[in-house]
Amino acid sequence: MSDNKTNILEIESAVVRFVGDSGDGMQLTGNQFTDTSAVSGNDVVTFPDFPAEIRAPAGTVGGVSGFQVNFSSNPVTSHGDAPDALVAMNPAALIMNVKDLKHGGLLVVNSDSFGAIDLRKAGIESNPLENDTVLHETYQVVEVGMTSLVQKALEEIDLKASDKKRCKNFFALGLMYWVYDRSLEFSKNWIKKKFAKKPILIEANTIALEAGYAYGETIELFNNRYTIKSNDMPSGTYRQVTGNSALAYGLTTATFSSGLKLVYGSYPITPASDILHELAKLKHYDVRTVQAEDEIASIGVALGASYAGSLGVTATSGPGLCLKTEFVGLAAMVELPLVIVNVQRGGPSTGLPTKTEQSDLMLAMYGHNGEISVPVIAPKSPVDCFYTAREAVRIAVEYMTPVIVLSDGFVANSSDLWRVPDIKTLDKVDVEFYEGDAEGYEVFARDEKGARKWVVPGTPDLQHTLTGLEHNTLGDISYDGENHQKMTLERAEKIKNIAKSLPSLEVMGPDSGDVLVIGWGGTYGSICAAIKELRKTHKTLSYTHLTHLNPLHNDLEALMSRFKKVVVVEINLGQLHKILRSEFAIDAELICKIEGKPFLVSELVNSISEYL
Amino acid sequence: MSEKKYTKKDFTADKLVKWCPGCGDYAILAAVQKTMADLGRPKEQQVVISGIGCSSRFPIYMDTHGFHTIHGRAPSVATGVKVANPDLDIWLVTGDGDGLSIGGNHLLHAIRRNVNMVVLLFNNKVYGLTKGQYSPTSEVDTVTKSTPYGSIDEPINPLSFALSAGATFVARTYDTNPKHMQHVFSEARNHRGLSFIEIYQNCVIFNDGAHDNVLERTIRSERLVELMNGEKLIFGKEKDKCLVFEGLELAVKNVADVNEADIVTHETAQASPTYAKILADLQGADVPSPIGIFRQVERPVYNDAVIQQTEDVKEKYGMGDLQNLLNGNASWEVKSDAHPIEEEFTTFTP
Repeated sequence: MSDNKTNILEIESAVVRFVGDSGDGMQLTGNQFTDTSAVSGNDVVTFPDFPAEIRAPAGTVGGVSGFQVNFSSNPVTSHGDAPDALVAMNPAALIMNVKDLKHGGLLVVNSDSFGAIDLRKAGIESNPLENDTVLHETYQVVEVGMTSLVQKALEEIDLKASDKKRCKNFFALGLMYWVYDRSLEFSKNWIKKKFAKKPILIEANTIALEAGYAYGETIELFNNRYTIKSNDMPSGTYRQVTGNSALAYGLTTATFSSGLKLVYGSYPITPASDILHELAKLKHYDVRTVQAEDEIASIGVALGASYAGSLGVTATSGPGLCLKTEFVGLAAMVELPLVIVNVQRGGPSTGLPTKTEQSDLMLAMYGHNGEISVPVIAPKSPVDCFYTAREAVRIAVEYMTPVIVLSDGFVANSSDLWRVPDIKTLDKVDVEFYEGDAEGYEVFARDEKGARKWVVPGTPDLQHTLTGLEHNTLGDISYDGENHQKMTLERAEKIKNIAKSLPSLEVMGPDSGDVLVIGWGGTYGSICAAIKELRKTHKTLSYTHLTHLNPLHNDLEALMSRFKKVVVVEINLGQLHKILRSEFAIDAELICKIEGKPFLVSELVNSISEYL
Repeated sequence: MSEKKYTKKDFTADKLVKWCPGCGDYAILAAVQKTMADLGRPKEQQVVISGIGCSSRFPIYMDTHGFHTIHGRAPSVATGVKVANPDLDIWLVTGDGDGLSIGGNHLLHAIRRNVNMVVLLFNNKVYGLTKGQYSPTSEVDTVTKSTPYGSIDEPINPLSFALSAGATFVARTYDTNPKHMQHVFSEARNHRGLSFIEIYQNCVIFNDGAHDNVLERTIRSERLVELMNGEKLIFGKEKDKCLVFEGLELAVKNVADVNEADIVTHETAQASPTYAKILADLQGADVPSPIGIFRQVERPVYNDAVIQQTEDVKEKYGMGDLQNLLNGNASWEVKSDAHPIEEEFTTFTP
């Protein structure tokens, strides 16, 4: 189809990163590239990375926003370490990211944004494109005057010059589609839908997209083009999904198909707000959302709803969980179902709002006054947020308890390719409101699992008052010491019982050997990739990933005992590590970092190797 | 169901009431129980929700559904209950500390949302359960254990607060007048929206005579003006005193000294809350304290709007289809003979 003689090389996978100013549309560009890759049959994992400021001063390093995608003809679990290609829209984006680019990698820059003012905003004195010989020696630098090329392509379009400039991200996208031999169809259709109300923008963005592609075709600037074969994927419906969306869908399916209303109380907080945005649209799925006045009220609303017979859910991030802890204690004390999602971010205090971390495990496990045990579970990937949310609903309702879901900023914002399940194949949660005999009814009488009956206001003859004061089995306030011990133990036993309902642990590698790596939560993708790599030469290395942190799997101790060494991997200073050491008195080792970023696969390969 | 005839006893829990002997709370409890019996609404639909404090023990003593929650947060729980099941009648019991100090924010937002419930704020101007510290309604210079040299912060006026937040029903009553309490409670229950009632309540242990400056028997008729919709603001044992406007303030005059037309006629349904705020601000030695219903107006109710919006969305899009939700609008189909990639994990068997 072309006269351009650039070679097209077939490769297995590639990592591409788009970086620019917060206002440059890099998230959109990255998502489009990802969707197109996924539709062409590649597996994808993405990693959006953006600053907490919505629009930090344009062109500064503080305002750099990035989106990385790893796409492959084989299954992938991580977003990839070093990009093979980097698209940088300005000097700030370039200097912040170029050190990550693979040596020899493709560096595409918008050379129109390297004027004196742009350089000053980025805090650099000399133009790296002109003066940095190392840059040119290390990477395959392709300078493209995207801004002027877009304006030229849009000459005939009746738009303000500033609006035309904004189309440059589609130019960059079109150019990268050419480099990776992708079709423009998916993005063209997307543009049509997205700007349906503004036909002029459909035209402008489509022209920009095509102009980028044509530019690659015409100008022989690139050494190579690449193509990545399709995966041989099983039949089904596929889509890309972020962790936060998957979590919202998990909550909605679990409640709606069980005949429960979902009442979601929430206060906006990064990076959890997207769950509220998603659920707020779903009123026709019996989802009611309340944007409460603060974090405390949002869990209060959720607990009130659970008391009244809906499933109350609230979501937040670290600082918000601090505020909610008193209500978590009340929910555990009155034994009502409740789901609390904590999309962890860098802490402490306000910390790093848009960066990822796993440092709220101790808070979730032990951040309560008094002796109370609260179930804690954690999704391992964006898609797994769907199944983890459903598991949270199951535990909350079956055991009449609050459940904390520990998601994280990485899992929440990044996305996976999802083979969408058939809704009919998903289990329903058994919901039963007791409306039986008043004779002999005791508020805290327990079933074989240790759970009390759910009796909602409006039920005749079963009037009772729940209280956060210690109470006896009848629900009456009791300050009696023996009763307090009995009730405390019963509440703890109930949570322990949950472990009996869990499937056995899954292990990658043999179930006994030299080293067992243990991870939890959003580190799964990176650890998986590292273990696969290491297992090529170390057959006695194994890996298990914990989805349930409280209670832990009953078979965890037995599994750990079969290995000479246990190594815990986490993004904090060793919280699960401490828990395993204190619970099982084992001499576990720790690999941790706390840079607000997911582990690189290469980092893990290196640090796990030290124990092999 | 609502045909059933109730008596006060039907709403009385078989529990020992543990307030101090002589506490004003006993009379309020009795008045609420009597009101519920008289209203005759289904007992199982009555839900009493409270925070923490002496007054918040209230639901324990009621034979209704109840939830004794945590300090200051009861309005949020009540909002959740109403969103989940709007058919329930909510009676929220709070105090001056619970409602206006630790829970001020939640009360403010429940009021502005106009959640359909009755809020009973027991005002005894002291922290009772923690044994006698000054509260946000204590006057400046109140000497307590925590303020041995007198309190220095200005008190908040509960009714001014409620009116400023946009309350649609605002009233005041007092613990030694069962008939008046029942009347106000009953009107509050029948109002659609949030009904805010300040109850002057006495704490015999830590602030005895909390409201004696207006309620002491010998001076009461000179110090209280009862608000009756459509009636003139006239008070005094001999009905010889009245309130007239002097600029934006209400002044006390002798009825004999003014034109009848100048005496203020009480109107609860005024569009602007200004008049009710002026009434609420009547405090001090020279003016009487109003009791009764200050304001009652219609405004959209939060829990009604929640349901309405849900119904509108269902009407527009039809009942949700979970498969459509999961598929989303950017999915694609793959048809192939390929099998799912073999799982690289195996199940551990101990």
